[in-house]
Amino acid sequence: MGAAVSGATTTDSAGELMVHVQKRLAASTKGGSGFALEVWFSAVAGFTVLFGASGAGKTTILDFVAGLQRPDSGRIAVGDLALYDSEQAVDVPARKRHIGYLFQSLALFPHMTGRQNIQYGLASVAIAERQSRTNEIAESFGVAGLLDRRPSEISGGERQRIALARALVTRPRTLLLDEPMTALDAVTKAKILDDLRRWNERHAVPILYVTHQREEVHALGDRVLVLEAGRLITEGTPHEVLSRPQFESVAQLAGFENIFECSVVASHPEQGTMTCRTEGTEVTLEAPLTRVAAGRIIRVGIRAGDILVATSQPSGLSARNVLAGSIISLRQQDVTVIAEVDCGAKFVVHLTPGACQSLSLRAGKPVWLVIKTYSCHVLQ
Amino acid sequence: MILQALALTLRLAVLVSAILMAIGLPLGYWLASSRWRGKFLVEAVVALPIVLPPTVLGFYVLAAIGPLSPIGRWYHSITGGSLAFTFRGLVVGSVLYSLPFAVQPIAAGFASVDRKLLQASATLGASDWRTFWRIVLPLGISGVLTGFVLCFAHTLGEFGVVLMIGGNIPGATQTVSILIYDQVQALNYAVANQIALSLLVVCFVLLTFLYALRRDGRWGLWGRQ
Repeated sequence: MGAAVSGATTTDSAGELMVHVQKRLAASTKGGSGFALEVWFSAVAGFTVLFGASGAGKTTILDFVAGLQRPDSGRIAVGDLALYDSEQAVDVPARKRHIGYLFQSLALFPHMTGRQNIQYGLASVAIAERQSRTNEIAESFGVAGLLDRRPSEISGGERQRIALARALVTRPRTLLLDEPMTALDAVTKAKILDDLRRWNERHAVPILYVTHQREEVHALGDRVLVLEAGRLITEGTPHEVLSRPQFESVAQLAGFENIFECSVVASHPEQGTMTCRTEGTEVTLEAPLTRVAAGRIIRVGIRAGDILVATSQPSGLSARNVLAGSIISLRQQDVTVIAEVDCGAKFVVHLTPGACQSLSLRAGKPVWLVIKTYSCHVLQ
Repeated sequence: MILQALALTLRLAVLVSAILMAIGLPLGYWLASSRWRGKFLVEAVVALPIVLPPTVLGFYVLAAIGPLSPIGRWYHSITGGSLAFTFRGLVVGSVLYSLPFAVQPIAAGFASVDRKLLQASATLGASDWRTFWRIVLPLGISGVLTGFVLCFAHTLGEFGVVLMIGGNIPGATQTVSILIYDQVQALNYAVANQIALSLLVVCFVLLTFLYALRRDGRWGLWGRQ
């Protein structure tokens, strides 16, 4: 697990963003013990998602790129242009970096109208062009009718669009987005992202998108880098990283509600499986075969939504794991019923309210849990 | 006599407030944004006139601008005159005395401006100068107004410092508050009352104006409510 992920990506795109920085973070800033941030990645035109828990250093990395914080050492460049290079003593000030930055709080100027906000970064542009660029960007982000209103007079989604327009009208070399959509509903979010994608089809700049929400990772698409305590621990497409997580931290972020410490009891190479016993219990799970010696402790992650519930003992199934147990509790959250089931070890299971009703589940009821071998993910 | 003292006092207050705005805007901005470790020293010096008895401040200012001091001699070599017991000396003393009343509200007003807005301004290519005039000043304006009105009113009513460095020279250094004291000493209570009342009214009108401006909350000057 190298800290340097994909430093060697080669494309001939002139505007590729290259970031390789180190910084010792003080212990006091986040309350916990300090850690060293060290990342090495590049981002080509399109979305690159920086994914990680709060405090992993995501925003700090964006601040380095924008020039709002300074790393201890390293190099940041867009194409051939160095924005920061500790060896050559290059440190371009934020206002000359030409990087679009959409803050989590948006940071729209409250005393200015939408138009004034958008034109703020165009001070050096001739008036005629300033007007045409403002109208053009307002058109593409659907805010042409809001230009004379102040931020306090428009909705959250509209503020978002104005803030995006303000950052993009300056035609930045790179766009940084710091969890900008957290407060928005899914529909509004999807529309704004569509507009942003369309804009970037024409301008083709690297977009670094920070989030800790896995739904956003799936929605955005192109490539995801996973950051943990200041290090990039893995990267790939969202599907690769989140559907088959190899790291427990990623697994938790990716929504593995069940994570068990297990010891490997036996390997069955001919069946492609291995038998694992969850620590402190007698519950055994059949997991896909990995090259782990018998007796070793591993972690197995199972999504709550991947577990089937049966009210009588099922037979004739391909699933290798059928565990008898009883329901401890049921609790509905939105359209999901969250069941806690004791099978010797405690499992969290997600069901639809309909399934819960037709099985007439209630606390204390004996049930069987059915788990496919391939739903047991071996984590590192 | 009353009008003369009133005109002199107003002239002093306007001049001192203008000078303190010129000092207070950059100093307040610096205090609000600097991360220098020794900043607390500057803050303590700025706040000193609040706790210092006016006579102590007046005494040291008098000693500093007197004809025997280096500052007094330097001033004499340039202008041929003296600062002590003159209107100009009064301005110097009043600027020092009212300094915290201008600087502290201004610094607080600037500090209340969200730092993210300043960062946003920088990423949009704005210089520090532009950020100050377009973002910091408009959004921190209520602190600036408070600072202006407070130091204006404070200069109107000061007594101890004026007495120490200005003496009591009608037309040159006799301000309203000293004239009141004079009249009371001379048992002219009716005259003292007239002057005192006029000062009271001026101060009340100023403060009413200030709070009316701030009534609508932080963005009162821009809000459409």
